[in-house]
Amino acid sequence: MIINSITKSVAKINGLSRAAGWRGLSSASGPRVCVVGGGPAGFYTAQQLLKARQDTLVDIYERLPVPFGLVRFGVAPDHPEVKNVINTFTQTAHHERCSFHGNVNVGKDVSVEELRQAYHAVVLSNGAEANRPMGIPGENLSGVFAAKDFVGWYNGIPANKELCPDLSCETAVILGQGNVALDVARILLSPLEMLKTTDITQHALNALAGSGIRRVLIVGRRGPLQIACTIKELRELGNLPNSRAEMLLGDFEGIEETLKDLPRPRKRLTELLMKAVNGGDNKAEKSWSFRFCRSPVEVLAGADGKRAAGIRLALNNLEGSGENARAVPTHQLEDVNCGLIISSIGYKSIPIDPAVPFDHRRSVVPNDMGRVHDTPGLYCSGWVKRGPTGVIATTMNDSFDTARVILQDMETGQLDLSIKKPGAQAISSLLQTRGVRTVLFSEWEKINTEEERRGKPHGKPREKLLDVEEMLQIAWS
Amino acid sequence: MRCEPSLSHLSTGERITNTDSMAYRTRIRSFICSSLVHPRSEMMLTRPFHKLPKLCSQSPQNGSSGSKVLVHFVNQSGMKSSVFVTEGESLLDAVIKKNLDISGFGACEGTLACSTCHLIFEESVYDKLEPTVDEEIDMLDLAYGLTKTSRLGCQVTVNCWMDGMTVCVPQEIKDQRGKQDAQSSK
Repeated sequence: MIINSITKSVAKINGLSRAAGWRGLSSASGPRVCVVGGGPAGFYTAQQLLKARQDTLVDIYERLPVPFGLVRFGVAPDHPEVKNVINTFTQTAHHERCSFHGNVNVGKDVSVEELRQAYHAVVLSNGAEANRPMGIPGENLSGVFAAKDFVGWYNGIPANKELCPDLSCETAVILGQGNVALDVARILLSPLEMLKTTDITQHALNALAGSGIRRVLIVGRRGPLQIACTIKELRELGNLPNSRAEMLLGDFEGIEETLKDLPRPRKRLTELLMKAVNGGDNKAEKSWSFRFCRSPVEVLAGADGKRAAGIRLALNNLEGSGENARAVPTHQLEDVNCGLIISSIGYKSIPIDPAVPFDHRRSVVPNDMGRVHDTPGLYCSGWVKRGPTGVIATTMNDSFDTARVILQDMETGQLDLSIKKPGAQAISSLLQTRGVRTVLFSEWEKINTEEERRGKPHGKPREKLLDVEEMLQIAWS
Repeated sequence: MRCEPSLSHLSTGERITNTDSMAYRTRIRSFICSSLVHPRSEMMLTRPFHKLPKLCSQSPQNGSSGSKVLVHFVNQSGMKSSVFVTEGESLLDAVIKKNLDISGFGACEGTLACSTCHLIFEESVYDKLEPTVDEEIDMLDLAYGLTKTSRLGCQVTVNCWMDGMTVCVPQEIKDQRGKQDAQSSK
């Protein structure tokens, strides 16, 4: 019928244009941009650059064989909806003017300078791969973990697969009151049935099945009005089956009166926190609570001197109010018995290439709206640009901002597009001579299929591969 | 912005061969061309021509599902797109289906896990919307550029009475914000 033949003609025309090397014909002289880092910042920056001009070619380089960064490794297993952004990133990777190159370690396999030679613009979107240390004695005792590593352990970061945290103790103390701290608390307290059907790693699931943890304290330097988590995560904690809140009424003295003057997000968050003061189901076997105005000063070892058995906290006074209130330590100390300590006080970016400026005080790449200081043609987006805070939407908006700045520089001639740049061709040759083989997006998709296949018999969306060698073997099979 | 072509002169049951074939072929050609430019756009060609939905502005009475509601979307750059949305669809569905140029809209695909489908409504429309649930306000509270008449597009179902309304996303900030961000220590 007419409709069928029309649809066929359209498909044929589309197919012809692809076969004719559409990409090559229309964009032979277009800007070539390189993005370092295949997480949300990288993908959102690429997306915007591809959309705004019909001639940009974007190449995304990622250290691991697998893309998506913290969407894969940071977002909690019981938040699968947040991972839906993977669909839009996949679409971007499939764009005819975009290509993904996994298994490339920028700074080691290829330098940023070499990338700058090959591309009109280079965007650093490599995020924050380290953590802020507590900087206290006993921090290296067994039983003390950075939240980044603990989350990496249950989320399948290859480097964290051997973490083997001992969960046999009764009390866990988490330092920090942001969303990562709440994620960790929730994973420690969730009934196994809730976690069994997520993409949590099997070894974490097994460890949690044998966990003795019944009580989680979430400790913060400042007061209830300064907690950094958001309301959704607090609500989830409160709704956990078989868990009750154990908050101290005294911690909320004077808070009630300030509520009416607070902006709505802070007001609702505080109200929800105060609701928890009234306890909960007394039959619940597990409990969680917030402890305020306390900073860790020492991890206390047990009898063998090797394992953490407690943590010493200094009590703080709060000076000032609102978001900028400061914690001022007093000499009062408090010891808390616990066998698991998780420090959730922030991720941290580290420099990946000595040629790139780095602000060691703030642990970010110094920049002006995404333009890296003193380095024309070099840009940054995401956590490496602004610091390691915010949700995916924050990173999205930030990446769009950087992309806009790059596009602006293309328009004004700040970026000289009349110079021909070889792009991926040159970098691929370089990598080849160095014995580095990349993982294409279609090859990641083989890893993806395999993970989904392995998850099926367990009723999980996927069973993540934990070994880089295994990932590569499957990718290149 | 590509609008749907008017085929309203075709009465129900009229066979295709009875139309003005020249005009008809021209309209189909323009479809094909626009589809090449926007390959992800909804392919109207797959809908049977003899069953055309009513326009909300043409039928005074509410309630017939499948009616088309006129909605104006203003994007981050102030660009306006006027589209017909099927009654019963959410505003997120509308943006996706019509492939509107709104950056990063609907990241979590309508699961109340982000705030990227944040839309600002006219006060008269906002007051008549179905009330929010806590989970929506939880996400809205994180939205950039929140206003008193903000809602999440994935939670607002289009109804005939909304015909002609305008919804906006927060306007993009031009450049000034950068310096403050670079200096803030968070």
